[in-house]
Amino acid sequence: MELAWVLGTPLFGAIVLAVLGARRSAAELNVVISLATLIAAAALVLRIIGQGSMTVAHEQFFVDPFNVFLIALTALIGFTTAVFSRPYMRIEQDHGRLNTHRLRLYHSMYQLFMAAMLVALSTNNMGLLWVAMEAATLSTVLLVSLYRTRASIEAAWKYFILCGVGIALALFGTILLYFAAERLLGGEGMRALLWTHLNAAKGQLDPTVIGLAFVFLLVGYGTKVGLAPLHNWLPDAHAEGPTPVSAVLSGLLLNVAMYAVVRCKILAAGAMHSALPGRMLMAFGLFSTVLAAFLLWRQRDIKRLFGYSSIEHMGIITFAFGMGGPLANFAALLHMTVHSLTKSAIFFAAGHASQIAGTQRIDGIRGLLAVSPTVGWGLMLGSLAILGTPPFGVFTSEYMVLITAMRDHPWATPFLLIALAVAFAAIFFKVQPMVFGETDARRLPHPPALVPVFVHLSIVLMLGLYIPPALAQWYRLAASLIG
Amino acid sequence: MMPPLNLATQLLHVLAAGLLMISFSMLAQRRTRRLIVLLAWQGVVLTASTLLVAVTAHLQHLYYSAALTLIEKVWLMPWILLRLMRRLGIEGDSDPLVNIPTLMLVGLGLVIFAFGLAQPISSLATTVTRQTLGIAMAVILLAFLMMIARHKAVTQVIGFLSMENGLFFAATSTTYGMPMVIELGIALDLLVGVFIFGIFFFQIREQFDSLDLHQLEALKED
Repeated sequence: MELAWVLGTPLFGAIVLAVLGARRSAAELNVVISLATLIAAAALVLRIIGQGSMTVAHEQFFVDPFNVFLIALTALIGFTTAVFSRPYMRIEQDHGRLNTHRLRLYHSMYQLFMAAMLVALSTNNMGLLWVAMEAATLSTVLLVSLYRTRASIEAAWKYFILCGVGIALALFGTILLYFAAERLLGGEGMRALLWTHLNAAKGQLDPTVIGLAFVFLLVGYGTKVGLAPLHNWLPDAHAEGPTPVSAVLSGLLLNVAMYAVVRCKILAAGAMHSALPGRMLMAFGLFSTVLAAFLLWRQRDIKRLFGYSSIEHMGIITFAFGMGGPLANFAALLHMTVHSLTKSAIFFAAGHASQIAGTQRIDGIRGLLAVSPTVGWGLMLGSLAILGTPPFGVFTSEYMVLITAMRDHPWATPFLLIALAVAFAAIFFKVQPMVFGETDARRLPHPPALVPVFVHLSIVLMLGLYIPPALAQWYRLAASLIG
Repeated sequence: MMPPLNLATQLLHVLAAGLLMISFSMLAQRRTRRLIVLLAWQGVVLTASTLLVAVTAHLQHLYYSAALTLIEKVWLMPWILLRLMRRLGIEGDSDPLVNIPTLMLVGLGLVIFAFGLAQPISSLATTVTRQTLGIAMAVILLAFLMMIARHKAVTQVIGFLSMENGLFFAATSTTYGMPMVIELGIALDLLVGVFIFGIFFFQIREQFDSLDLHQLEALKED
């Protein structure tokens, strides 16, 4: 019942906003719908805590401690982003970059995107997971090109084609998975596509077919995670889309794609009786982390900079899931949480910063503290948090990843440490002059919505200092499910 | 020693070969309009093969699936694409290709690779169409090659749809198709995708005055 509300609310919201989205009050309506989704998600969480994992609607949907925390995170950031986008989009409209017609598209697609992600997270059906992932791509393509500038159209086209091809490969992987399972579980009633059944029978699935299927699934969904060398679409889409879209792409969509990869990895590791799937994740993850860290130096656009930072962090998460085991999985789940919260907060601050400066170019943004202290501090604290400075939560999760790597895979530690150090220097030396220094820029016409920034950052700070026992228990349970 | 093949299986192999030949023709075709016609023919072959499997295996859901293919891939999509061409006035446009003989040779290599990759899976399949999985994979890879080798937005989209056809054929040849709900979902996604592509064509042309993707190379790693 709670799940029906979680999925139904944004879907209903998309329709309502498609009709009413051009009104002045549509932004408030968007916030209300997102709040309703968040409340429904909270109810779902309480239900799962009370009753444990459950399957609903003829086993088509499945909620366990692993995905329920991602559902809650998605609903939370979906809500705060809606709050942030209200004044942000109003300023964009005043600057003449958007008209009411495009705002309607924005509001409606935003809700549709939320619905698609929530379906992808909660479905038990690997086929439906694919359909929902594709729907999430389709609903964001038009959002990335919302400004209709040359650069934004180019970015959206790249995003569409690359993710389209990627996700086509994932479909082939899904077909192979179905093929392997159908011989075992029977084709009727879609049991052979249901993750719970696949997971129960994974030991008997044919290792050759599953191995091949996993390669396609990893490359396919990995494109959406932004793993190098399939990451090309990510910085463009993040830089050229409107800031709230960058925040949800980076904070949420990457997580959903990561979730799909992890679900597939659990099946593949079980079927192949080997560490190969884990090793593949580790290789992709490490390569992404190192490559992104060095590419950070070359960025001159503030949103591209943090786009590359997302590739780096998804690399760390992939690496941690690849290592596996209770500690690494715990760290990866925690890192997913803190990265989402921090990165969306940074995009909020960076969006307002570029509105103040009138440009996204890093050397055009100066002295934010003098103009708008909240934006300046938001960007500075956010950057420090994402760089893994203690006592923020990112430090905790990165530390756990490093500890596990030193214990189990010592060869990987130097790469990780160098990447983290390089990324630290690159981002810190670029953010520092943006925040401090002199400027003649003026304040924004509408007060910026920075409550979400500081709410996110305080949660991240709290997770660094103290993880509530209930939450830790929850992560431990989820980590044990991943294996 | 291969077991003797019955008539249906032989027919299926002929259809599969046809699919592969159409893929090669698409790779070599310069005219956008003819590419769309070839795409529609690929749809026809898919419909016929799905129907054939449905008849031989007595599977009800494959009849629906064949009907869906006929409507979406033979009629609706080519119709939308042709209409778009006419509206954009690029019906007779041609897309200059990289050296066709080289493209054909690379294509041949891909076919061999696809058959090698499909070998372990084909030997496990119990469906009548099991030998055709290699062809399905070849069609996917050839469509991929086509997307890489082309510069026009429209031709890339046609390549994308051809890849989807290959995936569909892979699904029928390994497992008698995906469950109906999933197929419907995929068909819907594809349709929305083509719709969005259409919007894009107009946006790209409005901003760049042409549908040549060479101009879409401003965003670089810097």
